[in-house]
Parts: sequence; structure tokens; C-alpha cells
Amino acid sequence: MADNGLLESVLRLVEKVDGGTDSQDVAADLGVDHQVIVGAVKSLQALGEVISAEQKSSRHWELTGEGREIAEQGSHEARVFNAIPDEGLPQNQLMKMPSGKVGFSKAMSNKWIRLDKAHEGGPRVFKTVEAIEDTVRDKLQLVQKGQSAKLEDKEKNELKKLQCYWTVKSYWITKGSSFSTTITKQETELTPEMIASGSWKEKKFKPYNFEAMGVAPDCGHLHPLMKVRTQFRQIFLEMGFTEMPTNNFIESSFWNFDSLFQPQQHPARDQHDTFFISDPALAHEFPQDYLERVKKVHSEGGYGSQGYKYDWKIEEAQKNLLRTHTTAVSARMLYKLAQQKFTPVKYFSIDRVFRNETLDATHLAEFHQIEGVVADYGLTLGNLMGILHQFFTKLGITKLRFKPAYNPYTEPSMEVFSYHEGLKKWVEVGNSGVFRPEMLLPMGLPEGVSVIAWGLSLERPTMIKYGINNIRELVGHKVNLQMVYDSPICRLDS
Amino acid sequence: MYLNNKMLFSIHILADEEFDELCFEFGLELDEITSEKEILIREQGGEKAEGASDVVLYKIDVPANRYDLLCLEGLVRGLQVFKEKLEAPRYKRVSPADGGEPQRLVITEETASVRPHAVAAVLRNITFTQERYESFIELQEKLHQNICRKRTLVAIGTHDLDTISGPFTYTAKPPGEIRFKPLSQSREYTAAELMSLYKTDSHLRHYLHIIENEPLYPIIYDSNGIVLSMPPIINGDHSKISLNTKNIFIECTATDLTKAKITLDMVVTMFSVYCDEPFTVEEAEVVYPDGRLSVYPELAYRTETLSGDFINKRVGINESAESIAQLLTRMCLRSEVSGEGDLIQVEIPPTRADVIHACDIMEDAAIAYGFNNIVRSTPRTYTVANQLPVNKLTELLRQDLTAAGFTEALTFALCSEEDIADKLRKNITETRAVHISNPKTADFQVARTSLLPGLLKTIAANRKMPLPLKLFEISDVVLKDETKDVGARNNRRLCAVYYNKSPGFEVIHGLLDRVMQLLDVKPGRNQGYHIQASYLKIYFNDSTFFPGRCAEIFSCGKSIGHLGVLHPDVISRFELTMPCSAIDIDIEPFL
Repeated sequence: MADNGLLESVLRLVEKVDGGTDSQDVAADLGVDHQVIVGAVKSLQALGEVISAEQKSSRHWELTGEGREIAEQGSHEARVFNAIPDEGLPQNQLMKMPSGKVGFSKAMSNKWIRLDKAHEGGPRVFKTVEAIEDTVRDKLQLVQKGQSAKLEDKEKNELKKLQCYWTVKSYWITKGSSFSTTITKQETELTPEMIASGSWKEKKFKPYNFEAMGVAPDCGHLHPLMKVRTQFRQIFLEMGFTEMPTNNFIESSFWNFDSLFQPQQHPARDQHDTFFISDPALAHEFPQDYLERVKKVHSEGGYGSQGYKYDWKIEEAQKNLLRTHTTAVSARMLYKLAQQKFTPVKYFSIDRVFRNETLDATHLAEFHQIEGVVADYGLTLGNLMGILHQFFTKLGITKLRFKPAYNPYTEPSMEVFSYHEGLKKWVEVGNSGVFRPEMLLPMGLPEGVSVIAWGLSLERPTMIKYGINNIRELVGHKVNLQMVYDSPICRLDS
Repeated sequence: MYLNNKMLFSIHILADEEFDELCFEFGLELDEITSEKEILIREQGGEKAEGASDVVLYKIDVPANRYDLLCLEGLVRGLQVFKEKLEAPRYKRVSPADGGEPQRLVITEETASVRPHAVAAVLRNITFTQERYESFIELQEKLHQNICRKRTLVAIGTHDLDTISGPFTYTAKPPGEIRFKPLSQSREYTAAELMSLYKTDSHLRHYLHIIENEPLYPIIYDSNGIVLSMPPIINGDHSKISLNTKNIFIECTATDLTKAKITLDMVVTMFSVYCDEPFTVEEAEVVYPDGRLSVYPELAYRTETLSGDFINKRVGINESAESIAQLLTRMCLRSEVSGEGDLIQVEIPPTRADVIHACDIMEDAAIAYGFNNIVRSTPRTYTVANQLPVNKLTELLRQDLTAAGFTEALTFALCSEEDIADKLRKNITETRAVHISNPKTADFQVARTSLLPGLLKTIAANRKMPLPLKLFEISDVVLKDETKDVGARNNRRLCAVYYNKSPGFEVIHGLLDRVMQLLDVKPGRNQGYHIQASYLKIYFNDSTFFPGRCAEIFSCGKSIGHLGVLHPDVISRFELTMPCSAIDIDIEPFL
């Protein structure tokens, strides 16, 4: 830090001028190096609003150390010339001079001197002219006096090649809002003592740098996917949906497929699509009469259905697997519901499901399925679309349309599309449908009861929400913890 | 499948947007608008595409259950009927025009063990063009992949009837006794030779497994002993069809008779349009080993009667029976109002095997009405919401664990055996792990029995982050449990790790104290919680933890988990370099 004397000298200079002054002029006035003044300006800035200083990269020229030396003592070549007496000087002696090497070749090319290589006693240098004009020195002296404007551009370039001068960045100094010509020492922080003694009233405090970042709080962070899950749970709860017990990753083929009227030859039941379990390989307990009804509706039909007319096998239904959808739990819940006097229900779940699929940037072997189910008398397709409209409105999606689709256990089945303002097109956001009677009636649900349902993945909306392109950066151990630390709170409707 | 402009014109559609709308409304996927040239450039590079056609093509995907839309003929027909530019044709089974005996396929009892069913039919006086011929071959391939389940359920063989003579015999023989010249080969092979020949065939090798280990292979001969086909692998070269074929004998052999009948109906309904007498199919007889005789194709029309009210109530619309009948007719389900109240007679054609219940008819009415024309209304179902207790507890604990300075991880429920056993210094047999029978990679061998490996792997992937790393996860592990119907159950666990230059046991211990405080369990031996040295595990030297630095956690006298400093071997096996302490508890006792 510059001493207070200097700082106050600077302040007194600033006080005298209206509209401010250049730090170079200050340096000239005070007869100190410009860099010293730059340091003083920075010190004054740190004191708060005493001065305001704006950096300028004005085209002012200033000599470097070498430049100053030349301005004072002459150019290297002139110094060489002046060092040579009339009787000449041995070359090796000349070369020992500080300006020897540079000055010798320059003076040679200026034809001020000559070299007699054959001179007895070794090569000797002689003057060739009586007197010289040191133009380099003259020009640099002009620069030193701040009269560089008198130089032509070509001349300036020549000097630049000699690296004798440079451009400077200076400050334009004006009075600050709390300008004063005296310096008071500033306190850095408020202390308990100051509060106790009341001394804070007289003290000046060093201003804070509000441009800097604060210190990060020492805290933990929720995972973004789980933050989005919390919001979806919240939406379902707001809509009066009860959470299903989906904490059973291992499921039998019976509940995962057969109870949903998904035939045993369906490709989804292939080894390529589903993880089967080798230990414990088989489920050993089923509601027996219900199982018989499921078998019958698959193999022979019934309940107004033609059935699939194939040889239904219990062995196939017993095979344990990692559930491929949470709809397996919906089936268990609807079966349970059918075993008591019917009351309307609204169910939801958000939990993991598993697919033995090819993995890529957006697909993993496990993902979270969001599912909503409503069972009541007389529900219509219009009701399904109405409830989907409410659900997606809570996600901030209001423009919906529906496309016919195929799903083995819903009829009708509808893909849900929303209009994406960014992509300017309709994108699929979920699947929905009305559960087939061949699924509901064998469970024992009353004939007039309809069950509507929809599902979507949790990962996709999360990836969109948090701008993540590769699912591995979001889910699993390869997660980028910095992303977890930095991710904002989740409000799906904004 | 690709449609061109000409086909669009036949459904009176000119603009791309209009076609896009139609596809959406009808439930088709308009994948892209392209051209033969573009496709060639993309698939084989620019040179091959030189001179290829620029004609616009529309790539379409159809729903998996609509076999009648699998070929261009069917798709265009379906859309024409939907747009009311064409009346749905009526498919007819006819006797041979010359008054002669129908073609006959005799099934011998040897087939019973390998592929017991067969159906057959004849297309007479068909006219192929290059386009039609390719579509015919393509439809068979699509049916094979789709309803035929990669030929396991059904295999289709089509033959030039003028090169063979019935009656035909469908039998099964030992592979060594079967010998014929197969399609696209220049000489005869025995069945055994063929199987090894096709081992390297990119297409056929996928079907070999269906019969490979059978003692007898299915085979169809004509009356002169000429091989028609060796289903489900390959046809004979002798009877192969060509552009000039006029009369086609179609056989479908199967393990599932229903699917065989549907497949045969599909092939003949789609391509009878090119017969001299369109939409007629000549019958063929199939004789079973027990002497029973069936006539195919079935081409069965079925009538369902349902009320307009049923449709209105299920869809949520209010249309007259007449207007509903008209909607259904547009979906190729010819319908009439019967005159009795609002009852509608709906005729299900053989092309619509997907219609098996009134709800399928209801869906078609809704599609024809337009899903997006239906008024959206909120059901008045009154219910009170409830959270699942274990999820409610999890949600609350998660919040407070982050407040305690730990960051939430989300790791996979599936992992390798090594992750939960060797790397944790445990024996796989004592983990009670559920094992997966068909994992594609080692990453999916078992369901996790502990959350710890996932957290340690998360740290390993984030070693560049500033220390300490404090992570937690509250999620399910899976354990074998014979008391459950499936023999396994989930268990909700809380696991946390502290990774730093010093082990920080006190940090993890402090976290336990905090968790117990949140769960309102006080320190104490009986009704409270306490930890005690886990001697047993040290004695057996199989612990995940460093000897003497592991304690078992008891709550209300019951063991709920462990905490401690991880064993250095565990740390290195997870490719970590710093000391690490961890806690792993079961939270279900606190429900």
C-alpha cells in the first residue's frame, strides 16, 4: 500500500481539478513514476467512494527503461561513436562496452565507423565522419516530453521495433461520493468490542466487494430425480390419489403379465425383454380360484371375450421376474379391491421397473414408472382425458391431444401428446387407457366398474427439466455430484 | 413400410400435413417423409443412390395388433374405408372353379411331437407385378416376425401350385432322411447338412433352434415326393414362386392353431385382391391323423350385437345408433342398426382378429369419432389420499439427512455378484440375494442386498470432487424371503458414507444419533438404541468393516444394522484411496 502522504497528495491534486484528471498527469505533477500512482489509485479505491477511477487504455506513449536510457545517454550507436577516439579503438575493447554489440553493428550500417581488420595489434575501429546527428535520441526525447504527436507513424513504428517505448493504461480519476483529502484508517469488520463501546459510530468500514461469490453453505443436497419424484407424489396427493405398495421388485409372471391378460407368447415375455429370476425361480402361492378364471379367459375366453385360444400353462405364470411395470402392483391392488364391497378408488405409484433392453443415452435397464389408476362405476374415455388434462396442467402442460395406440391390457389405449413450444411439434408424454374387461372381470370387480389408468417415466421429464442429455449422468453411480450440488429446486409448473 | 403419393392419392390426400393428421387420428406412426434415393444414400452411401427414384415416400409404423395393416394393400384399403372412399370388401372362400376336388394336405401323426398343426389355401389366377410380388414376400416376413413369433408359433410356405401336385403330405422325419434342394441353393442337401449350412446364414440361423434338437424335422411333400418345405426353416427350390406364378398354394404349419388360422386369413385376404376374381380364395382340405377333415381358410365373419348406449357410455359421447354404426363401418366393421331399440349388429371380418371383445368395438367407434373430438370431463370420484407409510417416512428422513449435510445418491437396484459379495468381503451364499437368470452383462446378475456398493461406486466416479464426500441413499434392497408368495421381498434401508482423509467414525456415529433423534428413539439399552462391538463378524473374519471399528446397532433390543470404518480391502476393491466410514440400517422397524 502506498503511504498516506502520497495518497493525500494525489487527493489534493484531484480536489483542484474539476471533472477529473489523468493518472499520468498526476505522475508528472508529483514527479513520481506512473506505476506508483496506479498503486495509489488502487489503494484509494479500496477505501470506498473517496475517488472514482475509470481505466482508460489511452494511446499515450511512455519510454521503457531502455528508452529512457537512450533519451538520456544517446542511442547505442551514438554511444559507440562517441567512445572512439580519433586514433581508433581496438574492436575487442569496444565490444566490452555496454552498448558495444548493438551499437557497433548499427554504427557500421550508418557508415559512422569503419573496421580495420588488418591493423597491427588486432582489428581496430575508426570514425569515418566528424560528427553525427543522433535522431533516435531526439525522437525519444520528444516522446519523453509527451510530444509524441510530432512523430510520424512510420517513425513510431521504427521506435516500436527498437522496443524503446510502450503504450500505457492510465486512470481517469474523479472525486467519489465521499471525497476527502484526508485518509482515515478503515475497519474491516464490526467487532463485539465496537458494539460494546459504541466506537463503531466513529469508525469507517472497508467496503465489501459485492461482485465476489459468497461462501457456499455446508449442506447436503437432494438428488434431482428424487426432487422430481417428490413433486409428482405431491401432485397425486393433491388430486386425492392413494399411494400403492410398490416395494416389491420381484414379481411373478402371473401378476406381471397373466393377470393383465397379456398372453404367454407375448414378445414382452421374451428373455430378451424381461429379467427372469433363477433364484427364487418360481412363485409358489396364488389365489387359486382367481388363477383358474385367468387361465380360462386366456385359453377359452369368457366375460364376452373370444379369449386368445391357446394352451395356458401355470409353469409360465409361476416364473419369477423383475417387474417390467408397476401395473403388476395395480393388478394386485385391483384384485384386492374386488375382494371387498366395491368403493371407488384412486391409486398412484412412482417406483422402479426393469427391462432387459439394449442400453443407450436415454435407456437404462431400470427406470421409474409413474402410474395413476382410477376405478369407479361408469368412467368414460372422456373422463380419462379429463383427468389427464388436470394431471398435466399441474405439470405446466395444457395443450394435450390423444392418439390411438395398442397395449395388450388396455382398450381403448391412448398415447398422450403435448405440444412442445421449443421443438414446435407434438411430443409423446405418456400412455393411457381403459383396462380390458378380460383383466377386471376375472378379478371379481362388478360389471359396470371401469378402471382408467395412465403412465409415464420419471426420468424423461427430469432430464428435460434439468437439461440432462445422458441418463447415466442422472441415474446410477456415474452421476456427476457437482450436478447434484448445483441443481435448483423442482417446481414442475414453472 | 413406405407409402407413395399414388397411394395417398387413392385416399384423396394431397398435403403432407393432412396425411400426418390422418395418421395421428387413425393411430399410425408417420416416421418420416423421405425417398428411395434418400434411403439409399443413408444406408449404402451416395454412389449406390445414383439414378434412384426421387419420388416421395412416407414411412409408416402400424400398431402391433393390426395384422391387416402390415402390408401396403391392407393399409391403403383400411385408410380408404376409413375415409369412406371404398366399401370394405367381402372375402369369400370358394370351391375349385373347375368343379374338381380341393387341394388336400394330409397331416401324419409324426408331426405331433414337433409341430402338430397345419392349415392351407389356394390363390387362383393371381397377377403379380414386381411391386406386388415384393409386398407379398414382405408381408410373410412381417407376419413371421410378428404374430408368428419369429416362426416359433407359425411358419408360412407359399408355392407355385403349377409346379407340384397334390395331395400333399405334412409329416416329420429324422434329419438324415430328408434330402432336397432348398431355395437359393444349387444342389440337394440333407436336413442335417442344411442345419450346419444355415448356421452362418444371417437370416435363417435365428430359426434353427426351433427344431434343431428334435429327433424328427417337419417336412411337406407333394404326391411325387417333391419337397415343398421344411418348416419352419426353408422352402424347396422346386415350388418357388416367381413374378409369373399364377396359382399359389399356401401352407402354414404351427404349434398354435389359432395363430395359424389368423396368419393364413391375413395372407389370403390381403393378396386375393390380385386374383382374377378379387377377394375370393380357393379352399383347401386338411386331414388330421385321426381322420378329421377341416376346410381352410376359415375366413369367418362373426356378428356381435351391442347397444348404442354401451358405446356412448363407455366413450363419453352421445351419438345415435345409426351414427355409431356408420363410425364402425369406417373401421372395416360393417354395422347396421338392428331395429330393436338402439341395438347395433357389428360384423367382425376375418381381417380383424384383434377384435375379441365389445371393448375393442367400442375403441374403434371412439377412433372413428376422433379421440380429440370427445368432450373431456372430470370424473366425480371422491377419494381421500393416503401415503404409503414407508414412503412417507422415507420422504421425511431424506429431507433431514440433507439438512445434516449429506447428499443424496441414486444408485441401481441391480448389480454384479462381486459388488455385494467379494468387494464387501462377504460370501455370496450368505447374502440372501435374488439372482437373475438372463443378464446381458455382469452388471445385472443380482438385485442388490445392500446400498453400500452403489454409494462406494458413486464416490469412485466422483473422486475429483472436494473432500469430504458425504453421501446417503434411502431405498430398497431385495432379499430372499420364503414367507412371501414370490419368495423374496424388498427391504427399505438407509445407508450413508463419509469419505475423507481420516475415517470420521464420529461423523457417522453422529449421523446415527441424529437419525435416532429424528425417529424419537432415545439412547439407552432397553427402549432406546445403543451400539455394541460386533465381535462375531471379526471372529469369522468376513466383515466389510475394519476389525475393532465396527459396531452393531440395536433399537429397542433388536438389531437394525451396522456402522463402522470400512475394511481397507473394501476401500481398494471399490477403487478408493481414502479411509471411509459407513452406516447401514433397516428403517422398517420405525414404521
